[in-house]
Amino acid sequence: MRNIFLFIRRYFNFLFFLSLQVFSIYLIVHYSKYHNAVFSNTANQLTGKINQQFNNITYYFRLKQTNDSLVRANAMLYNKLRSDFELPDTTSRTVIDSIRTDSLEKYRKYTYLQAKVVANSVSAQNNFIVLSRGESQQIKEGMGIISPNRSVVGIVISVSRDFSLVMSLLHKDSHLSGKLLNGGETGTLSWDGKATNIITLNGIPKSAKVARGDTVITSGFSTSFPKGILIGFVDEVISEKSTNNFLIKLRSATNFFNLEYIYAIDNKQAPAINELLDNAKKLNL
Amino acid sequence: MGTLLRNILRFSIFILVQVFVLDNIHLHQMVTPYIYFLFLLWLPFRIGRTWLMIIAFALGFSMDSFRHHPGFHTAACVLIAYLRPFLINLLIPQEGADTNYEEPSMKSMGGILPYLIYSGVLTLIHHTWLFVLEALQFGNVWYFLVKTILSTVVSLMLIIITELLFARQQKFRTNTV
Repeated sequence: MRNIFLFIRRYFNFLFFLSLQVFSIYLIVHYSKYHNAVFSNTANQLTGKINQQFNNITYYFRLKQTNDSLVRANAMLYNKLRSDFELPDTTSRTVIDSIRTDSLEKYRKYTYLQAKVVANSVSAQNNFIVLSRGESQQIKEGMGIISPNRSVVGIVISVSRDFSLVMSLLHKDSHLSGKLLNGGETGTLSWDGKATNIITLNGIPKSAKVARGDTVITSGFSTSFPKGILIGFVDEVISEKSTNNFLIKLRSATNFFNLEYIYAIDNKQAPAINELLDNAKKLNL
Repeated sequence: MGTLLRNILRFSIFILVQVFVLDNIHLHQMVTPYIYFLFLLWLPFRIGRTWLMIIAFALGFSMDSFRHHPGFHTAACVLIAYLRPFLINLLIPQEGADTNYEEPSMKSMGGILPYLIYSGVLTLIHHTWLFVLEALQFGNVWYFLVKTILSTVVSLMLIIITELLFARQQKFRTNTV
């Protein structure tokens, strides 16, 4: 017993060093569980405040680019106004049915919430974006995030009271599904941690016709994004020798370097879909 | 200014400069210079090894809080804090230099070369350990080797510039009088 105490006293520094290293590596490995418990509430709130102060200053340097992208988004919306379209034949008349339970009546599925980016990283191996809009401003976990030009940015992974944390598309754990606009084949997106604007698309069978410059959009299978939101354009098609799939390199449509404003997508049907999935899990299907 | 107050100021300035200035630099989308750990290299000689590691843990953890993924910088900082006293013992020129001066600098280490070795070796260790931990998750060895070497060179250049710009006045203290 005495020897053990002597040993500990003699090598105290080394043992202390080892325990700190083990603790750090534990944090790295068990990141997601730990993160939700402690980080989202205290650290995010604190670093979010500091980031916001700093963003108040740097925001002015990018006003021009921000303005440009907002004008472009506005132009796109103007082009969709119903008053821009005319019926070809003036003799025919449209009558709007006034019965309330009209089966043709459209109901709202997605709502777009605007939010300001207060911190953004592109250089790390796991990139995150912090938004100055949180739980008390209707942001929920799992919401999809798009840029003002309707291209994919990432998914909300945790929310605190006034801030929320977005896992950027440039993150090793981000596995969205992407779809070729031409052929309709779906695959999984991933990021290899190298170039900022290059994303990999896996799982497209070799039977698909892919060419450089083809558009890749969201598949709409998840509750986060509606179908047809732009992800990127095919840059390089590599045929894997070991599998029957292509490995496709995409050039992302979003410019991750100068994000200032983004939109969060609230899917009104998400709770209903998730409830169904939970029920299925309970039944062990 | 007291030593404690000065170091608290340095701590916050280094973290802020790193997060808001240097993290926005991406040379060829690969190299990001790190300089915040210079805080650990500048800590006084007389701090014990245990306290050194506790301070390093706090520094790394605050850095990680801004990166939203705890562990990477914490591990790298604790490692260089543990190795710092060994390196100082090897490089200090004569008996008692660490009692005559307050903290490591070009003057107190007896010239530019020993100080350059001191900061160079610790920078290399810090970067290697940081990028190895990141590489383990991605598994692309050559890319990270090149990244480590290039980042170390750039960081070291920044450290030398910082040393020249913010020359620290070092009083020669002696207890023989």
